[in-house]
Amino acid sequence: MQPVVSLFTSSIGRKFLMAATGLVLILFVIGHLVGNLQIFEHPDKINGYAHFLQSLGPALWVARIVLLGCVIIHVWAATVLTLESRRARGGEPYAVKTWLQATFASRYMRWTGYVVLAFICYHLAQFTLGVAQTGTFKANLPPYTMQADYRVLGFTVVRAGAVVQDVRSMVVLGFQNVVVAVFYLIAVGLLSLHLLHGADSLFQTFGWRNARWSRALRAVVTAGCAAYFLGNLAIPGAVLAGVLQPLAPAATQVVGH
Amino acid sequence: MVALATPRTLSVTLRVWRQAGPGQPGKFVDYPAKDLSPNMSFLELLDVVNDGLTLQGGEPIAFAHDCREGICGTCSCTINGKPHGPGQGIATCQLYLRTFRDGDVIVVEPFRARAFPVVKDLVTDRTAFDRIQQAGGFITARAGSAPEANALPVPKGDADLAMDAAQCIGCGACVAACKNASAMLFVAAKVSHLGLLPQGQAERDRRVLAMVATMDSLGFGGCSNQYECSAACPKLISHDFIARLNRDYLTASLRATFQPEPAGGGGAG
Ligand code: FES
Repeated sequence: MQPVVSLFTSSIGRKFLMAATGLVLILFVIGHLVGNLQIFEHPDKINGYAHFLQSLGPALWVARIVLLGCVIIHVWAATVLTLESRRARGGEPYAVKTWLQATFASRYMRWTGYVVLAFICYHLAQFTLGVAQTGTFKANLPPYTMQADYRVLGFTVVRAGAVVQDVRSMVVLGFQNVVVAVFYLIAVGLLSLHLLHGADSLFQTFGWRNARWSRALRAVVTAGCAAYFLGNLAIPGAVLAGVLQPLAPAATQVVGH
Repeated sequence: MVALATPRTLSVTLRVWRQAGPGQPGKFVDYPAKDLSPNMSFLELLDVVNDGLTLQGGEPIAFAHDCREGICGTCSCTINGKPHGPGQGIATCQLYLRTFRDGDVIVVEPFRARAFPVVKDLVTDRTAFDRIQQAGGFITARAGSAPEANALPVPKGDADLAMDAAQCIGCGACVAACKNASAMLFVAAKVSHLGLLPQGQAERDRRVLAMVATMDSLGFGGCSNQYECSAACPKLISHDFIARLNRDYLTASLRATFQPEPAGGGGAG
């Protein structure tokens, strides 16, 4: 068989696919969080940012297709590897099963993965497609008028006075639903746990890990996952605590004078 | 006189997997063993139980063993859920009864993996490892008189690392300990011990590709990076060799794919 083909059909090849797609998705979720944290600034920021992303057109679609592809490949590789592993283990289970040094996060990758997948579906339904919590979907809320320019790398991408969708209110109103906010918190908690093993693992899979610095790597990954969780906790947490309030429909007009 | 820290004798119950033959149903049977020396090895304990069984006209427990000093990798049982039993860096034959407490029930099972079918009781067929070895675990060397020992310089660091990998006794504990029954630690050790030395360079790429392909075809699972294998390994071979195997496999795949094709035809046009 052609070696390049075997790279994708062999067990190690599939591990590379898991790791590579996992890396893309890790970078995405970090960027996604950093972008969303703009909600703590002036409403111009998050609304301008969302409008800017929407205005990217074909580039947005390329990004979406790449991400969707990564999710599909990641899930496919995980499924195939799991089925193969199950078959490899054989019919008769051990009567006594002890864990020797497998980390907590590593033992529940499949379960955390399921919850994260369900969460992604709901998240898209809520904030991208508007099929869940339709009443507070951005397209159904009063529009927002930009009060200042929104800039990316020094370029003005959304001008003051532009009328854009009020993403900020959609998020705040969405998380005022306690059930949704709690589900979101559980899901990002499990995602952080998933990343704790995943981010560490990808270094091993690519062969960039050894005893000399595996402890340091573990520490960095743990700190990163904790920071990621806290960052995600902040948004629904602030909504539930009443720190983030939706803009009153009239307020937009008043401030806009 | 110095008092012994361990009791003079102890009694345990062995709960052993009994299976008459390949593919047959098996079950656990309890064998009480009394007044044993704590300095007896686990295999000697099985010998004692088997002597009793033989005297009573029963079928002795089949278990694999050979060197009884931790170098051949033949002895293989999962004891209380850990391949080779409690303790680190030991094979079953190096496990002593003093590790256990008086009155303990000790559960003894064969290594479990589809690629290691049970032959009888605790004996498994680990031919799969030989097949992987035959696929690439060798070097091409000039036969004949022994070469001058220092003709080929080997850096000390490489030699040490190769020796670490070469410690693998092929017992299969890595497979038995892994939830995926993955043979990655075994393959990594075999690939590394030759691949780290100058003598192993000629077949390096071919070796890693062939051994991984054979490993996959024999029905071993993939690696989930939980490192249960290195914790169970009687030679404490590090899972760092798995990272090295992954790297070696990736580069070998790329090199093999983009290598120019030989012109062929022996040069005559
Ligand atoms: S009998 Fe040889 S290693 Fe245990």
